[in-house]
Amino acid sequence: MTIQLTHFSAAFVFALFASIVFGITHRETTRDMVRYGLYCFAMFMGGVLVAGWAMWLIRR
Amino acid sequence: MANSTQLKTKPAADPAQQANMMAVVAPAVGWLIPGAGHIIQKRWIRGLLLLASIGSLFALGLMMQGHIYKANGGDILDILGFIGDLGAGGMYIVTLAMNGGQGAIAFAIADYGTKFMIVAGLLNFIAVADAYHIAIGKKR
Repeated sequence: MTIQLTHFSAAFVFALFASIVFGITHRETTRDMVRYGLYCFAMFMGGVLVAGWAMWLIRR
Repeated sequence: MANSTQLKTKPAADPAQQANMMAVVAPAVGWLIPGAGHIIQKRWIRGLLLLASIGSLFALGLMMQGHIYKANGGDILDILGFIGDLGAGGMYIVTLAMNGGQGAIAFAIADYGTKFMIVAGLLNFIAVADAYHIAIGKKR
């Protein structure tokens, strides 16, 4: 079975799963885990968008 | 009488000894099956989330026709790729045994798959370290 993800969807699932693991392993309490996981996810996706727009500008 | 009662009752296992054993068993089991190191220490939700996240990342990497690295002594990037893949433990062993992860050079997305599997292994290393910290009491 094969799957063809777009670049964005690949980045999305990567950010989602990596953030869950980071949240669980880097914080002590459940509340902090959720908050840190959301922070990591936002940083991952923000990085993707910033890098995408930067490449768009460089191409111009 | 008192002596015979003492002989009959089995001495409880030393908590320190149990903790020492768990400090070895939890990381080993956690490496073999992602999240299992947490599950055997009764951190059910954390363990299941780790299993789902790391397992999904590895499975998606395989489905994207990513390449899996075998033990090698060649290029440094190949060696590092092998170390990353090795972190996935049981999933890596099963994939190798089933001759999976051959990689499709023709697709750019297959290269993402390769990275997904390496990162799954590296994340499992972090999860193993976390299971160890729970076992020694450094983390709740």
